[in-house]
Amino acid sequence: MLGAEWFRWVAERVLARSRADQTEVLVIAKDSALTRFANSAIHQNVVERDAEVRVRAVLGRQVGVATTNDLSEESLDRVVERAWAVARRQPENPDFPGLPDPSEVAPSNGFRSETAECSPERRAQMVKPICALAVEQDLESSGALATVSTEIGVANSRGVFVHDRFSHANVMTVVMGADGSGYAERTSQSIDAIDIEGVAREAVDRAARGRGPKEIPPGEYPVVLEEYAVGELLSFLAYMGFGALAYQEGHSFLRGKLGQRVMDERISIWDDGRDPRGLPMGFDFEGLPRQRVDIIREGTAVGLVYDSQTAAREGKRSTGHALPAPNTFGPFPMHLVMATGDTRKEELAPGIDRGLWVTRLHYVNVLQSDRAALTGMTRDGTFLIERGEVTYPVKSMRFTQSISEAWSDLGALGRELMLISSWGGGVLVPAMRLNRFALTGRTEE
Amino acid sequence: MKDLTDRALDAATAAGASYADIRIERLERQVIVVKNGRPDGISDGESAGFGVRALVHGAWGFAGSSRLEPAEIDRVARLAVEVARASGLVRRQLVDLGEPVKSIGSYHTPVRQDPFAVSLDEKLAVLLAADSEMRAVRGVRVAEASFECQRIGKLLASSEGSFVEQSLVETGGGIEALAVGDEDSQRRSYPNSFGRQHATAGYEHFAQLDLVGHGRQMAEQAVQLLTAKPCPSDVTTIILDPSQTALQVHESCGHAIELDRVFGMEASYAGTSFLTPDKRGSFRYGSDAVNVVADATIPTALGTFGYDDEGVPAQRTIIVERGIFKNYLTSRETATRLGEESNGTMRADGWSRIPLIRMTNVNLEPGEWSFEDLLADTRRGIYFQTNKSWSIDDRRLNFQFGTEIAWEIRNGKLGAMVKNATYTGITPRFWSSCDAVCREWTVWGTPNCGKGQPSQAAHVGHGAAAARFRDVQVGVLK
Repeated sequence: MLGAEWFRWVAERVLARSRADQTEVLVIAKDSALTRFANSAIHQNVVERDAEVRVRAVLGRQVGVATTNDLSEESLDRVVERAWAVARRQPENPDFPGLPDPSEVAPSNGFRSETAECSPERRAQMVKPICALAVEQDLESSGALATVSTEIGVANSRGVFVHDRFSHANVMTVVMGADGSGYAERTSQSIDAIDIEGVAREAVDRAARGRGPKEIPPGEYPVVLEEYAVGELLSFLAYMGFGALAYQEGHSFLRGKLGQRVMDERISIWDDGRDPRGLPMGFDFEGLPRQRVDIIREGTAVGLVYDSQTAAREGKRSTGHALPAPNTFGPFPMHLVMATGDTRKEELAPGIDRGLWVTRLHYVNVLQSDRAALTGMTRDGTFLIERGEVTYPVKSMRFTQSISEAWSDLGALGRELMLISSWGGGVLVPAMRLNRFALTGRTEE
Repeated sequence: MKDLTDRALDAATAAGASYADIRIERLERQVIVVKNGRPDGISDGESAGFGVRALVHGAWGFAGSSRLEPAEIDRVARLAVEVARASGLVRRQLVDLGEPVKSIGSYHTPVRQDPFAVSLDEKLAVLLAADSEMRAVRGVRVAEASFECQRIGKLLASSEGSFVEQSLVETGGGIEALAVGDEDSQRRSYPNSFGRQHATAGYEHFAQLDLVGHGRQMAEQAVQLLTAKPCPSDVTTIILDPSQTALQVHESCGHAIELDRVFGMEASYAGTSFLTPDKRGSFRYGSDAVNVVADATIPTALGTFGYDDEGVPAQRTIIVERGIFKNYLTSRETATRLGEESNGTMRADGWSRIPLIRMTNVNLEPGEWSFEDLLADTRRGIYFQTNKSWSIDDRRLNFQFGTEIAWEIRNGKLGAMVKNATYTGITPRFWSSCDAVCREWTVWGTPNCGKGQPSQAAHVGHGAAAARFRDVQVGVLK
């Protein structure tokens, strides 16, 4: 870790050297390690240390960004000049509101030293029981155990100065037999909180139950989506429409629907970068405090996340959801939470006469963002539900479905949240039962 | 630099590595995005560092750092060995790299006009003019134009004596128009979607794209799509335009022939492959019209280089010949398991990543049809143009793709415009239904091919032409 004092030194040097009207410096330093296994043995094992300095120079409404990962004094001076030179040679952006003023940011308590200090040997020892249990059951395991510690600092010439460090550990595994497979995943700030034996048992159990899958015809089925599947769908909903830019440009599935019912009234979704159950991060990449933002409240679309530029367009204040500049995607919620229901997970299948139990989804992609329509495959644990009971495994199936429409026909929500690793952070979601889900194809050879 | 590479290799072997290599890389990248007449993001980035790969008792370790200093090289080399020793704690098979590779040489992308030397003003003028053309069309909500170039300098040295220097230059760009109506929104892109037409070339590649000349047509089509008919649900004949054929090759052939994927090494992420080794040499992957070649030597193609990141020279490999599956993309480790030598496809996404088997330029070889003749020969069907959505299962069999725009084919002519067009199929059945490939051939550059954990984005190429397929399910989304 480079530390707060080092960041202060960088920030002061960059801001002092800059000839721009306004200047921002963003440092993202990362120590990451990943132990990857396949065929029940470690086959790739990597450790990386990097630190990037990103300078945004503002001349009137001309904005330029330059980056470097060379932390020498000479390089820092050069990156300041490069940012200024880029800004100076371009037209003005009348939309640019200027760099933000400082706001108070509280520490996020998102760092655990045991995660940052996890050794290669410990990672290997943690992977071992997953591989051993799979082999014991005549199965093969593959997966990855990652530990990441990140240090982020943002300072600007208007007085913003924030610095914090964060950590997370993630393990995921796919356990495969000749014709069936199972999945499990855990994410936490602390490597100590990862229940590796639980991960191994869960994936191996699913793979063992997945042997001898049958084919069923495509069609609309009621489904139980486990937390892994719900987390993936929620991440795509965020990508397609929870940011203000997608709304302003007119391709969000929430366009024109703020204040309207868009999902079942039992569904509430908000973003909260300070929730200690997730991977907290108290500020965004402009150095502003991440605010809790209600996006869907009791099925009604009520809000969006903003950065400085999209907020200024509507005369609002940023909600603290900026990505690093230059950012053409717009603001993004990285810490989504979904309200729980009152149904135990094992009670989600009862009530379904004939449907599917879906563990996770694979290769999901957007078909129509304005309808929140996605396609993808089920994977690593798809089972038939008959008369409320999970009866036998079925082969992976393709779904093609508007998610807002599917979530408008909700059967039940699980009563427990699970942290699922997602783009840039993690989402907290329950399992759910949907009354209709369009399974449009099956895989075959 | 040789003193630094020697230092790393000495440190790794002294710590116990039976094999080690070091890659020192420096990346420079410029990205310019213009949106609705305004600069939306202009950045000038650089990233440099090194990575050391070490093999200890048949197990791999890798460590990378951005600080290219002697003491850090020592630390990272020893750390790579420590990581490899940890890998040995959960090991079943010893890694065998086969015969040593000792390559000494260099490669530099031929560039007529250095893209970094062209002024920002000149690039902006092109992008703003294209943007203006798009916004001149009533109904366009967002016009976006982008330019990107990068230069990677890389040096590979190995304990087997390889010492390879390369300088790879890439340039690309594109435009996109978004129209928004009461019911939906529609996009049109040129020359490909997601800014995906890049080449290993200089500014001359960007200049010949003629973004300005295509701006108005893209905008008009985006607006027209708002009132176009939705894609019918049907089983019919389809023709894919060259860029969508390239995407089809990428997902259903290019990834399926990666031998690490076949051996289960990617099972936890994007999955495995149906093209198991028992199918090699005999499996009918497609019709006689289907010939696929992996060729890392095509001038200007995005997957072209001099040596891969194991020091193996770039080469050309037949993948599918008259429909029969022949060969894989391989690395030293995976090829040895088949008793062969690597065909040179190991590439890393920068200094901080290990090399993986990546597509080079995986090409559908041209056929003999002209597009006009192919169209005239098609009584009824749908013509799909410019990829919009892609998804394929974890064995590369069940796929579903969508395009930005499509057209009905009626009696040998393009008819009504179709929106939200999708088609789906099973890979070998789909390619076996291919009865015609056109001769007008373009190499498409895809700079965002994802693979691996931690994720890596490879820059790959695909030569492709329009192709026709029979009895395909279209119109999946209701």
